[in-house]
Amino acid sequence: MIRFVDVHKSYRVDGRDIPALQPFDLDIADGEVFGIIGLSGAGKSTLIRLINLLERPSGGHIFVNDTEMTALAEPALRAQRRRIGMIFQHFNLLASQTVADNVAFPLRLAGERDTAALQARVGELLARVGLSDHADKYPSQLSGGQKQRVGIARALANRPSILLCDEATSALDPQTTASVLELLAEINRELKLTIVLITHEMDVVRRVCDRVAVLDAGVIVEHGPVADVFLHPQHPTTRRFVNEALPEEAASEHTPFAQVPGHIVRLSFRGDATLTPSLSRVARETGVEFNILAGRIDRIKDLPYGQLTLAMQGAQVQIALAALREAGIEIEELPR
Amino acid sequence: MNPLQKLFPNIDDWGEIGRASIDTLLMLGGSLALTVLIGLPLGVLLYLTGKGQLRPMPKLYAVTSLLVNVLRSVPFIILMIVLMPVTYALVGTKLGIRGAIPPLVIGAAPFFARLVETALREVQQGVIEASQAMGASLWQIVRHVLLPEARGGLFAGITVTAIALVGYTAMGGAIGSGGLGDLAYRYGYLSYKSDYMLVTVVLLIVLVQVLQMIGDRIVLRYKQR
Repeated sequence: MIRFVDVHKSYRVDGRDIPALQPFDLDIADGEVFGIIGLSGAGKSTLIRLINLLERPSGGHIFVNDTEMTALAEPALRAQRRRIGMIFQHFNLLASQTVADNVAFPLRLAGERDTAALQARVGELLARVGLSDHADKYPSQLSGGQKQRVGIARALANRPSILLCDEATSALDPQTTASVLELLAEINRELKLTIVLITHEMDVVRRVCDRVAVLDAGVIVEHGPVADVFLHPQHPTTRRFVNEALPEEAASEHTPFAQVPGHIVRLSFRGDATLTPSLSRVARETGVEFNILAGRIDRIKDLPYGQLTLAMQGAQVQIALAALREAGIEIEELPR
Repeated sequence: MNPLQKLFPNIDDWGEIGRASIDTLLMLGGSLALTVLIGLPLGVLLYLTGKGQLRPMPKLYAVTSLLVNVLRSVPFIILMIVLMPVTYALVGTKLGIRGAIPPLVIGAAPFFARLVETALREVQQGVIEASQAMGASLWQIVRHVLLPEARGGLFAGITVTAIALVGYTAMGGAIGSGGLGDLAYRYGYLSYKSDYMLVTVVLLIVLVQVLQMIGDRIVLRYKQR
């Protein structure tokens, strides 16, 4: 459990305080994957670094597993940090050390001297991230995705309860991003590890996160379960992110439907609602005609969802909409 | 008359050149080792206390930095003369190899410290942050992150310092520290025996070349990673 209580942060630049994060409260539950999305400069890097106190807050209290991080003295803080893994956009591996030594590094820092125990643990970790054959290589000999896997193995070495991901996939190509995210999801499932990740890509949030907070200019403007935020974004910044993840939908935001006759509505199906043919049934029963203007069917983490923008025509449109709501479909009427 | 005598008519004792070469190597080895021993911690101190670094201490940094700059700005031959009382107090003589080492170290250590500071600054900030996130202490970061990550730059710095020291030892010859510089000065300059001058200069060039080659090899070995 990570808890922020009335935390804020500002930087002192040339004698003036520049606010980076406005006062906020936030709880991150054990075992969840929590995403923080924001543009560069929104304060997300600062926010994630508050958790292990790489950045000290200007005020407020930060608790990690019931320990108040902000109250710890240096040695106790170092001990707590060992229980929090972290991976980085640019991997930050030791170039002078082999893959195996990089992974062993946090174990050695924690005082492990037994070579056999080190080797066993490193072998286990490299197997988990699929790099058993690369133990004796140097980071410069690895691809970006492999380097991030080393980063993940290193972060897991001291069996942390929390993993912080600082733009962990931003330097990777789409395929590699997908495989790294898959690995993170697997770790979350199997090790019951809490993951906090920051990103500027809604797609990353959609694939792995359970909950998300949207950060805009130092303010958390929206947070909640990913499906809610993703399907019904409230804040303009959130909408921008969501539209980036849905290129077709983005187009529809700007395409004037003025020429299209009928009622313009957006239907959101999620979970079980995606499995029943409600739309065709309702159309048949009410005699309503519909025309699909835009749509997408995909998954949010493990939840299947569909979103269709329809133009509906006929005498019984309102009845049809009520029937669709009845069937568990969320409906928004779109302005022309 | 053997061909060597024909080429170098003034050199009757090659053994003297050999002994002078060994003296130069001893001065170089001794002063280089001590320079690294003193300059490395000094460079780490400069790095750590610098603005925006791990333990910023503006006053301590300013004082250390000034001291380093003062020692670096005095020409070595003058530094050597100025330091004579200090040298005498430290090693009991102003002459010979022993008398040469204190001024050599005091002249070269600040220079090397700056090179250490620069090399450490080349270490990626992110790697340091990562080790902080792993709960590393300051000493662990210096010992296990900064120094190993910067070793290419550190060895390049040692090479440059060693070569600068070759020049200093030769200058030291002028005020009685012995070695190849002494030979070149006494025979080559004061006695107009230009063949002595030629031989010592060639030997110094060879020494510098060898040092540079060894240094480059070591640096390259670490760079490839």
